[in-house]
Amino acid sequence: MKEWRFWLSEQRGTLLAVALFVVMFSIYVGNHPAIINKGFTVDTVSNVVQTAANKGSMLAFVAMGQAFVVITAGIDLSVGMIFLLANCLASYLVAGPTALALVGVVGTLAAGALCGAVNGLIVIFGRLQPIVVTIATGGIYYGIALWMRPNPGSSPGFNSDLADAMTGKLFDIVPTSLVILLATVVIIWIPFRRSEVGRAMYATGSSQIAAYMSGMPIRRAKFLAYMFSGIFAAMGGLLLTFTTYSGEALAADGGNYTLFSIAAVVLGGVSLFGGRGSAVGALFGALAFRAIGDLLFVFAIDALWQPLFQGVVLFVAVSIGAARLFRVRNRLDLFG
Amino acid sequence: MPNSEPLFRMEGISKRYGGVRALEEADLEVWPGRVHAILGENGAGKSTLIKVMSGVVAPDAGRMLLDGREVSFADPAAANAAGVVCIFQELSLIPDLTVADNIVASSPPKRFGMIDRAAQRRLAEDALRRAGAEDIHPSALVKDLPLSRRQMVEIAKALARKPRILILDEATSALTSNDVIKVFEVLKRLRSEGIALLYISHRMHEIAELADDCTVFRNGRKIATYEAGTKTDSEVVEMMIGREYHHVFPPKSGAKQPSDTPVLEVRNLSWSPRLNDVSLTAHAGEVVGLGGLDGQGQRELLLALFGVLRGTSGQILIDGKPISIKSPRAAKSPGIGMALIPEDRKTEGLMLPMSVRDNLTFAAMSQLSRGGIIDRAAERSAIDEMIRLLAIKTDGTAVPAGSLSGGNQQKLVIAKWLLRRPRIILLNDPTRGIDVGTKQELYQLLRRLADDGAAIILYSTDYDELIGCCDKVLVMYDGAVRRKLTGPEITERALIASALNIDAEVREAAQ
Repeated sequence: MKEWRFWLSEQRGTLLAVALFVVMFSIYVGNHPAIINKGFTVDTVSNVVQTAANKGSMLAFVAMGQAFVVITAGIDLSVGMIFLLANCLASYLVAGPTALALVGVVGTLAAGALCGAVNGLIVIFGRLQPIVVTIATGGIYYGIALWMRPNPGSSPGFNSDLADAMTGKLFDIVPTSLVILLATVVIIWIPFRRSEVGRAMYATGSSQIAAYMSGMPIRRAKFLAYMFSGIFAAMGGLLLTFTTYSGEALAADGGNYTLFSIAAVVLGGVSLFGGRGSAVGALFGALAFRAIGDLLFVFAIDALWQPLFQGVVLFVAVSIGAARLFRVRNRLDLFG
Repeated sequence: MPNSEPLFRMEGISKRYGGVRALEEADLEVWPGRVHAILGENGAGKSTLIKVMSGVVAPDAGRMLLDGREVSFADPAAANAAGVVCIFQELSLIPDLTVADNIVASSPPKRFGMIDRAAQRRLAEDALRRAGAEDIHPSALVKDLPLSRRQMVEIAKALARKPRILILDEATSALTSNDVIKVFEVLKRLRSEGIALLYISHRMHEIAELADDCTVFRNGRKIATYEAGTKTDSEVVEMMIGREYHHVFPPKSGAKQPSDTPVLEVRNLSWSPRLNDVSLTAHAGEVVGLGGLDGQGQRELLLALFGVLRGTSGQILIDGKPISIKSPRAAKSPGIGMALIPEDRKTEGLMLPMSVRDNLTFAAMSQLSRGGIIDRAAERSAIDEMIRLLAIKTDGTAVPAGSLSGGNQQKLVIAKWLLRRPRIILLNDPTRGIDVGTKQELYQLLRRLADDGAAIILYSTDYDELIGCCDKVLVMYDGAVRRKLTGPEITERALIASALNIDAEVREAAQ
């Protein structure tokens, strides 16, 4: 086999997610009323992309965080609650002059890191199942968020200039949220994936025993995976605060983000059995998932149909991913 | 011996697992530039000894000295750092990573804190070359490689760690004979480079070829250490099993009435490209062997018979009637009565965390239930009978299957199918990694089952086994049956010649 074939087979899931996103988003943009009415210009397209990017990048961040944990063959069901907690916390902390508000941003991310670290420590040292641990801690994180913001609101000194800058456009053309997303991939994901501990993360998900026998840093890999999951979820929560200027502990939102992040991860080609996939795939999975949800809007169909439609498309997409099973000639491979 | 001080010494090492003494006051000396073979049945303490040496388990008592200084290893990484590297019987490769990733797994080359992929590629290519496995592509995923290639990657991985002491635990049991030759060349080179090698194998001829020193273990104790070649094979085997060693193989009886309709007949079975036009017959009371090099379609043939493969062509006849077997569930149904003892007992044969009892009755649930409810009394008596019949050594029936030794696990897999009283028994290399004593019991069991009227198809990578057990042997090459040997024709020479597909040349030479 040629070198590129190995690369292609490794990146297959990610590339499929990119393709799905491109198709869905093209349909979305092509039929968007703003573009149909005002014409296909740089300005209109950039506006449509900005709206989509702000909405999509929240889920994209949460899904990327989830991808870290899923690659270790774990699952983080607290991401939606960390997302809410960060949203509520940021509605207090992102206040005052910009320098101080930026400290608040860092504080919010640190809180997310702490939540993730707690998950990681319990999973590693308590040796409990990730699914149980994160259901429990998710409840706690939600409780704290609810205590902070029993009613929607924000701090009187909320720095809406910073919020606008984060959800606006750079040089009047590129949405800032997309730039942040890209920067995160380049600054965090790519170096991490190429680091020793990043490889240990994949190895842990693929075969924990073999990874241990090879003397790989399993604990550090798991810990960092959960911590990144917390930070990325908090990043999503921050973007929500920047968009709405307020914090709200809405349980339904938390649950949705948790479940959608798993859907996005699967669409993005990350194996729920661990060891395969990438956060980039999860990112495109999330954007594609959002584009699917918004398609109804551009076709002016009642929003009540959205969950049904989203579910059908998700089902079809996952089925296409599983189509290879029809070509399996050795039935034992069905279970592999 | 060249040095006066051994490179590595173990003194009075003991280890218990619960109530079981795995290792008792064990001593061992390992010298540089020598191959030290460790012999013993499964459960004799060899695996525990290696695990202690390589930092997987901590000993309860005793001390270890490396270069005359006392050492203790907290984990495998610490042992590796000290130069003790083990190639485990259970593979330590990570299936979703590439070959190169795996080879450098324990300490990848780094640049600016990230893994240097170019350097990694060079290291991997170098290690594969040193292991004599240039045919493996460093970018291939390990899970896409067949078992024998994975084992070669495992060896390359060990070499990449620059070992001072290299431990090989049944490292050749999954290899093809070609690979074994290559690996032996590698090991001999390492020995001449002054590396100490510890070699564990059940294959006596490998030990005869390779070892300088031998140590025999039995029941967790060291029995003897001697220089290779100073004891005969039967003396060694006696030390291993602790009793006199008689006929390994029971006498053959052969098919009762070969003229009868065969229980199983296969006509022109194909599964492109791995099986080509295979035909065979198996009568009641007959043990039919499948020979040939590893990976010539024997495994696929058994899977095809058992209904695992899709898209096969050809005919399968049971009692002379054509039948189509679509799944293992159909294969085991009373009308067909087939059983397959799979290649890998740990994944395909047993549910390791579940109890011995549950494992035994999985395949026979329907016989043991009335109206869908399991008949507890019938279950218990069936289980007791099986455990007695096969002499399975287990601490009750409630312990997890994973806690039994390898040989007893294999007996458990066989017992599980015998509960159904199958008429056709397919065995895929059932004695791989099993001790001499258990092997002998299995041979006798197979013959007894055949005498009771079962038709048996046995695939084995061990030529002695085919010669000793089978009434006829079909030698496979490239998915097809190249030669059928019956009765006295089954000799090592004929088996090897037809396995290598050099029949024609051999016949010419004989004339």
